[in-house]
Amino acid sequence: MDSSLYAARRRRNVIAAIASYGATFVGLTWLALILGVLFWQGLGGLSLRVFTEMTPPPGAMGGLLNAIVGSLIMTTLALLIGAPIGILAGTYMAEYGRHSYLTSVVRFINDILLSAPSIVVGLFIYYVMVRPMGHFSGVAGAVVLAVLVIPVMVRTTEDMLTLVPDTLREAAASIGLPRSLMIRQVAYRAARAGIITGLLLAVARISGETAPLLFTALNNQFYSINLNAPMASLPSVIFQFALSPYKDWQDLAWTGALIITLAVLAMSIIARSLTRTRKSS
Amino acid sequence: MVDVAWQETDVSAQDVAERAKVLNRLRIGDIVFHHITRSSALFVLVVLGGVIVSLFLGALPALGEFGFGFLTAQSWNPVTEKFGALAPIYGTIVTSLIAMLIAVPFGLMIAMFLTELCPMWLRRPIGIAIELLAGIPSIIYGIWGLFVFAPFIQQYIQPPVIAAFENVPGLSILFAGPPFGIGVLTAGLILAIMVLPFITSISRDVFDAVPPVLKEAAYGLGWTQWEVWRYVVLPFTRIGVIGGVMLGLGRALGETMAVTFVIGNAHRISPSLFAPGTTISATIANEFTEAVGDLYTSSLIALGLILFVITFIVLAIARYLLLRIERRVG
Repeated sequence: MDSSLYAARRRRNVIAAIASYGATFVGLTWLALILGVLFWQGLGGLSLRVFTEMTPPPGAMGGLLNAIVGSLIMTTLALLIGAPIGILAGTYMAEYGRHSYLTSVVRFINDILLSAPSIVVGLFIYYVMVRPMGHFSGVAGAVVLAVLVIPVMVRTTEDMLTLVPDTLREAAASIGLPRSLMIRQVAYRAARAGIITGLLLAVARISGETAPLLFTALNNQFYSINLNAPMASLPSVIFQFALSPYKDWQDLAWTGALIITLAVLAMSIIARSLTRTRKSS
Repeated sequence: MVDVAWQETDVSAQDVAERAKVLNRLRIGDIVFHHITRSSALFVLVVLGGVIVSLFLGALPALGEFGFGFLTAQSWNPVTEKFGALAPIYGTIVTSLIAMLIAVPFGLMIAMFLTELCPMWLRRPIGIAIELLAGIPSIIYGIWGLFVFAPFIQQYIQPPVIAAFENVPGLSILFAGPPFGIGVLTAGLILAIMVLPFITSISRDVFDAVPPVLKEAAYGLGWTQWEVWRYVVLPFTRIGVIGGVMLGLGRALGETMAVTFVIGNAHRISPSLFAPGTTISATIANEFTEAVGDLYTSSLIALGLILFVITFIVLAIARYLLLRIERRVG
């Protein structure tokens, strides 16, 4: 009588194992499918032309130069604005106020901002920048992205500085180094790989952002590096071209999607390998 | 013989003054740096406050015009300037529910595989692969969903399902045709793929934090792997898993581009899951730049405010639960 009960338990176990293997298989297949289709559709259009020519009118040949340049400009600017603020805020949380009330509040709010819908941040910047200025602009796009960079940088900086052993800090303090110098000369150096990882993750996060750019930087058919005017970006061009009825625009959208994905994947893999070597050393 | 050099020279007054100047500079630098970092930390709070205040101010005209009726009205008519948020709210909740119904069991099973069944050497690569899914920008899911997934659903999934449930009461309404491909169900499925990695990686982390003694004790009693996972690991990590699920839900509610591509942007509440619909974020993304008139724009900002309030609550609960489990483990 017991053996049947045992068999039932064994059977349940096997079913669970199969479900578990199956779920993992499906998850990995999905990743392969997405990447596979992306390469299949995007690789054909990938040529030098993509990087050297403007976005074309429908029916003509062209590339994605203005979009790529726009994305690069806005991403760089966003990093220049957002990264210092994020790093400094993380520094306060890990070095000055590690156990303070302010730190726990900021950490809680920061974690929420980290996963808050980016489109809402877009509306915020629209309200405080685009509306008063009266027109869409590249600066507004960069500021939106900067607001998205901040939480990533705060999180990684705090985590990485917390990992720096206190003995290093004590050694620095014992030779009379003032606290701010200790942080900049000792703690930052010890946490450098981690902070760079955070930068890469931040870039990976913002380089695919589309929604908040739609109503801050808008888009631009033409080559423009004027920050005070609407600016093209790779994601918004993909959005516009993919939803268009023209085959050649759709093909360019696929190529753009492939470029973004490759860049993002490369950055996350580099970021991962950076933290890995740090851990093993 | 130990030579000890002893400086007998007097320290001149000038040296003292010099040293005081250097020390003073360092002291000021210290204070300045402290305040800069502190203001940066406060800036994070300012950003949150700015988001809330600006959304509220922007939404004020619409909220003043429609009042609480904005939440319950279904009409969305830019011509007559009658706006109601019910259809986008409904779409947001339904697509997120579909996503969670699929992603939660899948995510938990994958996490179970990664922590219990998978051979050690495979754990890291598979874990990374799943996390890479999380890193792919949402617009990629959108373009993939529009050109690959939606046609597939339209051709191979919807016709048989519509035919199969045609005469079943209840389900025939849920799966009523015609097969568009794009629609509420497709958007939910894409969302499921997008939140799967979040749920998986958090569940894996909390499963890993279960003390091995607990599992070993259960194995010692002769429990099977499934029983150990179901009756030891899962109850022990319940709070953390719920936190991870809420985090995924927060993502699903606010996800924009992937949904915008495949939901069809139709402002109506249809009982059929195959029908086109809209979500809050898709509505904003689609219509904001084309919105004419202050009331239209303000209504869209009001939608954003509703979305932010919903996701804020969900994410706050998620963080609170995850914080609790972090404290228990740490």
